[in-house]
Amino acid sequence: MYAQLVKTDADRVKSIDEMDPQERTFQQRIDDNQKIEPKDWMPEGYRKTLVRQIGQHAHSEIVGQLPEGNWITRAPTLERKAILLAKVQDEAGHGLYLYCAAETLGISRDKMMDQLHAGKSKYSSIFNYPTLTWADIGAVGWLVDGAAIMNQVQLQRCSYGPYSRAMVRICKEESFHQRQGYDIMMKLCQGTPEQKEMAQDALNRWWWPSLMMFGPPDADSVHSAQSMAWKIKQATNDDLRQRFVDQTVPQAEYLGLKVPDPDVKWNEEKGGYDYGEVDWDEFYEVLKGNGPCNAERMHDRVKAWEDGAWVREGLVAHADKMAARAAATPVAAE
Amino acid sequence: MSDALFEYALRMGDNCLILGHRVSEWCGHSPVLEEDIALANTALDLIGQTQLWLGLAGEIEGKGRSADDLAFLRDARAFRNLLLVERPNVDFAHTLVREVLFDVWHFHTLGALKGSSDARVAAIAEKALKEVSYHLQRSADLTVRLGDGTQESHDKMQAALNALWPYVGEMFLQDEVDAELADSGVGPALGVVKPLWDGDMRRLLDQATLKWPDISHVQKGGKDGVHTEALGYVLADMQFLQRAYPGAKW
Ligand SMILES: [Fe+2]
Ligand SMILES: [Fe+2]
Ligand SMILES: [Fe+2]
Repeated sequence: MYAQLVKTDADRVKSIDEMDPQERTFQQRIDDNQKIEPKDWMPEGYRKTLVRQIGQHAHSEIVGQLPEGNWITRAPTLERKAILLAKVQDEAGHGLYLYCAAETLGISRDKMMDQLHAGKSKYSSIFNYPTLTWADIGAVGWLVDGAAIMNQVQLQRCSYGPYSRAMVRICKEESFHQRQGYDIMMKLCQGTPEQKEMAQDALNRWWWPSLMMFGPPDADSVHSAQSMAWKIKQATNDDLRQRFVDQTVPQAEYLGLKVPDPDVKWNEEKGGYDYGEVDWDEFYEVLKGNGPCNAERMHDRVKAWEDGAWVREGLVAHADKMAARAAATPVAAE
Repeated sequence: MSDALFEYALRMGDNCLILGHRVSEWCGHSPVLEEDIALANTALDLIGQTQLWLGLAGEIEGKGRSADDLAFLRDARAFRNLLLVERPNVDFAHTLVREVLFDVWHFHTLGALKGSSDARVAAIAEKALKEVSYHLQRSADLTVRLGDGTQESHDKMQAALNALWPYVGEMFLQDEVDAELADSGVGPALGVVKPLWDGDMRRLLDQATLKWPDISHVQKGGKDGVHTEALGYVLADMQFLQRAYPGAKW
C-alpha cells in the first residue's frame, strides 16, 4: 500500500506468557481495542514500526503530488483544473496530518524529510509510474485512490490514536478523489473513439501497478503477523488486494473497459474474482529505484527541498528576530 | 458599454487564469509543505474566479462562447491579462513578489468593483474579495518575513522586486475601456486604485526592509493583447488537449 513493506524488528510474535508485565498490559489494551496515545508506554518495536509506516505513508502523499501535478497546467477544462487542484491540495494536507501524527512518536518532520531524500525511507511504488495522458489522471483517481481507500478504511481502526484519527479525516476526502477519477474515465468512455482508447490504455498501464500497491503476499510474514497482533494493520495484503479486485472489475465493466488480465474470472465458490499472478520482480525493481520515474521523482523532491532552503531559513531568522525584539521591549504600562 | 464590459471581464478573467496557471506550476515543488497547500489553494481560488469573469464575458458577448471556450480557444493576441501575471516563476522570491504586487492591486480593484452599478460585476467582486483578502494577507506576511529574514532572503526578494517593477506601471494605465466603465459606474473611478496601492506598498516594503525600486520605465501591452514571449508557452501548455482533440468533451 502507501506503506508496502514495513519491517517490525520482530523475528517472531511473542506469546502473552513470554511478555514482561509492562508489555503484557500493553498487549491487553490492544486486545481490548483501546487506543494507544503518545504519552502511553509502548514497546520500542511498536514505536519504530509506526514511525516507518506513517513516514512511508506521508512521503507517498507528498511524492504523489508529482504525477498528478504533471497535468494541472494541461487539464482540459477550468472545472477539471479546479477539481484536480483541490485534490492535489488535499494530498499535501494528508502529508501534513501524517507528519504530525509521526511527530507524536518522537521523530521530527525534518528528520523524516532527510530520510526520504537520502533514499532511506520509501514511498509507494505506484508514484514511480508516469502520467502520460489525461486519462492517466482518471486512472490514478479511480485505481490509486481506490486502492488507497481500501487500505485506509481499515487503518481508521489502527491501535495508535493519532494515526487512526488522521485516517478518519483522510478517508473522508479520499472518496471524492476516487469519484473524480472515475468521472474522468466515464467522460472519456462516453467520448470519441480516441478518448475511449486513451482510457483503455491508461487502465492497461495502471492496473498491475495498482495491484502492487498492496505489497507482496504477506500471509506468512512475521512482520505482518506482528503488525496485526499490534493492530497496526487489520488485514493481510492479499485480503485487501482481493477486495480491491472485487470492487474494481465490475466498475471497469460498467465503463466498457477490459481489465488487462486474461485470468480475471468470477469464482462462485469464493464469492470473488480470480486473477493472474502479479509480476513481483517488477515491484522489487521499482522499490530498488529502477522504476520508470524513480530518478525524476527523487530529483524533483530533493531539488524542491534544496532550492527552498533559503526560504525556510529566512522564515526561521525572522521568527528569531521577532522573538528577540519582543524580549528586548519592556512590557508597556497600562 | 457592453463592448467595454466584455473587454473588462476578459482582462479580469485573464489575469486570474494566467496567474492561477503560473501558481499551479509550483505543485509539489515548493519550499515547504505548508506552501504547497497555500499555493494550490491560491491557484484554485484564481481558477474559480476565472470561471466567473470569463463566464460573464461570454454572456455579455452573446455569441455562445463559454468560459472554457474563451480560456482554451483564444490565441495569445486575444488575451488581455497584465504582463506581470505571465512572468515566469523563476524562484520563490519572484513568485511571491509577483503575487504581492498583484494582490494589492487586485484587492483594491475588487473593493471598488463591489460597488459596481452592474449587479453581476458587484457579485463576482464580493465573492472574489473574500478570497483575495486572504491571498493578500498571506503574500504580504511572507514578504515581510522573507524581506526581513536572512541577508540571502532579503537579497533575493529585492532582486525579484527590481526585476518585476517595470511590470507594475501597466496596472495603473487607463484607456477608453476603463474611462467608459468609470463613467457608467460599472468600473472603478479613474485613479482610485493607484494611491491606495502606493500607500500599502510603501508601508509593506518599509516593514519588509526592502527598497522601493528606482525604476520608472513601464512594460505594457497586455491589456491590448501584446504580450511577452512567455504567454505563448503558457497557452501551448494550457490549451493542448482542447487543441489536439477539437470538440471533444472532458
Ligand atoms: Fe493518496
Ligand atoms: Fe491522500
Ligand atoms: Fe487521494
